[in-house]
Amino acid sequence: MVEKTVQDINQKIKDGSVHVVTAEQMTDIVEELGPEDAAREVDVVTTGTFGAMCSSGAFLNFGHSDPPIKMQKVWLNDVEAYTGIAAVDAYIGATQLSESRGMEYGGGHVIEDLVARKSVHTRAVAYGTDCYPRKNIETAITIDDLNQAIMLNPRNAYQRYNVAINSSDRTLYTYMGTLLPNYGNATYSGAGVLSPLYNDPDFETIGRGSKIFLCGAHGYIIGEGTQHEPQNDLATIMVTGNLKEMSREFLRGAAFHGYGATLYVGLGIPIPILNENIAKKTGISDADIVTNVLDYSFPKRSRPTLRKVSYEELKSGMIELDGKEVRTSPLSSFFMARKVASTLKHWIEQGNFMLSQPMEKLPTDTIFGPMKQTKETPLVKDVMSRKMITIRQGKSVEDAAKLIMRGQSTHLPVTSEDDRLIGIITAWDISKAVAQGKYDKLDRTMTRRVITATLDEPIDVTARKLEKHNISALPVIDKDSKVIGMITSDDISRLIAKRNGCPLQAPLEKNGR
Amino acid sequence: MKIFLRFAPEINQEPHISEVILETGAKLNINRASVDAVSGEVVVDVPDEKSNEVVKLFRSRGVEVSILEHPVILDKDECINCGACISVCYIKALSFKDDWSIALDEKRCNQCGACIIACPHGALEFS
Repeated sequence: MVEKTVQDINQKIKDGSVHVVTAEQMTDIVEELGPEDAAREVDVVTTGTFGAMCSSGAFLNFGHSDPPIKMQKVWLNDVEAYTGIAAVDAYIGATQLSESRGMEYGGGHVIEDLVARKSVHTRAVAYGTDCYPRKNIETAITIDDLNQAIMLNPRNAYQRYNVAINSSDRTLYTYMGTLLPNYGNATYSGAGVLSPLYNDPDFETIGRGSKIFLCGAHGYIIGEGTQHEPQNDLATIMVTGNLKEMSREFLRGAAFHGYGATLYVGLGIPIPILNENIAKKTGISDADIVTNVLDYSFPKRSRPTLRKVSYEELKSGMIELDGKEVRTSPLSSFFMARKVASTLKHWIEQGNFMLSQPMEKLPTDTIFGPMKQTKETPLVKDVMSRKMITIRQGKSVEDAAKLIMRGQSTHLPVTSEDDRLIGIITAWDISKAVAQGKYDKLDRTMTRRVITATLDEPIDVTARKLEKHNISALPVIDKDSKVIGMITSDDISRLIAKRNGCPLQAPLEKNGR
Repeated sequence: MKIFLRFAPEINQEPHISEVILETGAKLNINRASVDAVSGEVVVDVPDEKSNEVVKLFRSRGVEVSILEHPVILDKDECINCGACISVCYIKALSFKDDWSIALDEKRCNQCGACIIACPHGALEFS
């Protein structure tokens, strides 16, 4: 039986005799030697991950200006940082977007620019008080001009993550990247075999106070991360580290088209191999780590799981779904995850990183619950109008024009003989056809790719469709594609007017880059 | 080989591409085109063995031709080798090397632009 303590291992680090391997190497070692001999052989296993971690940011302290200001709002390169704390403290969050550049630049980029020691344009406004008379300030700062720049990430290093796929007939732009229509591709995230939390899933060595690798510097685990759900293999950690010591190599601002900004964080945890039980767990392989393939075209909270899949299959570049081969690619960098694990290994071997004993165990029973909603979300069936007129295929454009005039509706769903929706014709389509002198057949004038809504769809989803496709009405269809009603932007506007609060305006969305 | 053609307004009315195809017998593949009322820009894939002939003929017709050595440029400093570009590339011009860094096969690229939109780090762009 092998029994070691963190102190024993630290002594080995000091005298240079420590044996460190990465979690990827450990998989082979455990398979070859078995857990007991592996525990005897290996002292530390290093893990690593490098992925988009939206729940990241940094506390900054600017020092006082003269005369002093109590910053009520502050912007760094036009990205707002949270200032609801003391006068010159602010928290810059990774996903906050630039007010001038929109989705292509955000808090993650500001953090990268700070770490790269670039000058960051800073402006603040205040209401002015007797103790802080100044009402506005504009300056340029680098990270070295700040008193403190402390990274504090509420949720990092997800143990594993879902695989995203899109069953709809349109491309989706999500935080899981571009999802091509009709199961055209699948994207995933997480380092699999190198995943820090999968190599110590019962938190036997990792806990509150553990020292870790964070973006090229030493960091610490503060405790459980938000949404920490270890029983579902979705453990997370909250971490902190000194931003001033971090390196751009292991920290990158990023922007997902149509979604917004985030921060790529490089994070690695050393696992001390105290006994054969811990050695056995670090022997985990990509084949042992299983995750769910979720359909991201489903716009509700619980997306359907299409199948389970291992990281081994995901990393092969192809998964099978209903007999079809779907190309996969990660959003997190395995190349960089390896670099994190090998850099941490090197630090320990060189005696530059001592292991720490956690002060407290991470919880193993927390659940990630849904938001409590006190107001019902209205559904399409609550708002739509059931009185609507449709037109049969084969009719003329003139017939459609007459129906539109009679029915006081600008949108006319076109149906087949068996009542299924096959197209839509609008007053605009007719005007265009008349203007071009081509208005004989309805089939030629109507739009065939109709955007539709369903009865149980939340209104917010419908509103998003109207906005995204720049249209003003949608036919509501049942599961057999039969038209059962219409929902218009007017219906939704009336509803919104009744609701409290004001919906936010969408940020600037650029085409391409 | 990919070539970039620019059609100035004064020669824009002629069916240059069709005539070059008929005259050389080269199977040209149009990858990308942006044509407006007065001028046009087109990226064409030309079989290597016909490339000299095709380029010469376009030039003799007054079409501005530049050879596109790199259809899309991968900025190694910005790229973090994540792979977000790989599965959106339908013709598999992007893939992982054995060490999990990104490989770009320029010959395959048809400049659809999907990878440029998918890259979270702005590491890819048209030349």
